[in-house]
Amino acid sequence: MDNAAIWTTIFALGIGTFLIRFSFLGLLGGRDLPEWLTRHLRYVPVAVLPGLVAPLVVWPEATGGQADLARSLAALTALSIGALTRSVLSAIFGGMAVLYGVQFVLS
Amino acid sequence: MGRAYWQGFRAGAPFVLVVAPFGLLFGVVATEAGMDLWQTMAMTVLVIAGASQFAAVQLLSDHAPVLVAVATGLAVNMRMAMYSASLAPHLGKANLGRRALVAYFLVDQSYAVSVAEYEQNPARPLPDKLAYFFGSMTPIAPLWYGFTLVGAVAGAAIPPEYALDFAVPITFIAIVAPALRSLPHIAAAFVSVAASLALAGLPYNSGLMVAALLAMITGAFIDKRMEQAHG
Repeated sequence: MDNAAIWTTIFALGIGTFLIRFSFLGLLGGRDLPEWLTRHLRYVPVAVLPGLVAPLVVWPEATGGQADLARSLAALTALSIGALTRSVLSAIFGGMAVLYGVQFVLS
Repeated sequence: MGRAYWQGFRAGAPFVLVVAPFGLLFGVVATEAGMDLWQTMAMTVLVIAGASQFAAVQLLSDHAPVLVAVATGLAVNMRMAMYSASLAPHLGKANLGRRALVAYFLVDQSYAVSVAEYEQNPARPLPDKLAYFFGSMTPIAPLWYGFTLVGAVAGAAIPPEYALDFAVPITFIAIVAPALRSLPHIAAAFVSVAASLALAGLPYNSGLMVAALLAMITGAFIDKRMEQAHG
């Protein structure tokens, strides 16, 4: 990663995120968002994050793009624990535990 | 400091358990990805939105263009426009400086506890509402910065065989999984995964933006249909 790219990203993301947060509080006052827009915004996190993760799980960079048993099982574990317990931290710890466990057994 | 401030403080305190490890992980991951201490801390202080920071760092280390890294990070944060709109009726009369400060500290946790309090006690005076909001962030923000710093310092000492490359995917899965609580959410996630894999060949990681757009439309469409069906 080159330094100019990193700093540009930091400032652009910082300023842009502030403007998103400031939008209605700062400039648009107490006006409501149109219903169709809130309906779409509600699905932004589940629309962006799974698509970002999928290639990282299916073609992990650390294995040279080869699907890998430990990483696939770790991903499934995190998904299951997160969906069942609704606890982000349990899902992270469970997933990492499976990743290290399977890697240890296979090594 | 008044009563409202300490009420907010107590409401925000339990989130310390989430924010501290999350900040620690961001510090480690950003450092492993090649960011120096100043860059890691600047990002965590200026952006103060974990998921978008992980997303931007991941894309930059995949050699995506800056525009794609920023656009994806901002897309992850678009939900905060909803937060801003829903707090505006309660805090919109505060002076500009206060509103700017609220905007800076508007994160998932401060929003969740504050909006719950405002809806329960809508008649509380504005200074109480502001004090409650800032109280809720008092235990959260310093720990977010502090643990990112600890992670960034520790990250430099962690050897690569610990497979921390996979901490980012696991973290994203852990954030999304609890949100898969209804058919439209599950359908949106499914379209996002399928389209992003199918479009992985598009240049500059632009397949992700297309996939996210398709997924968002899918979620909203099914949501609307279900609402109509239930009249």
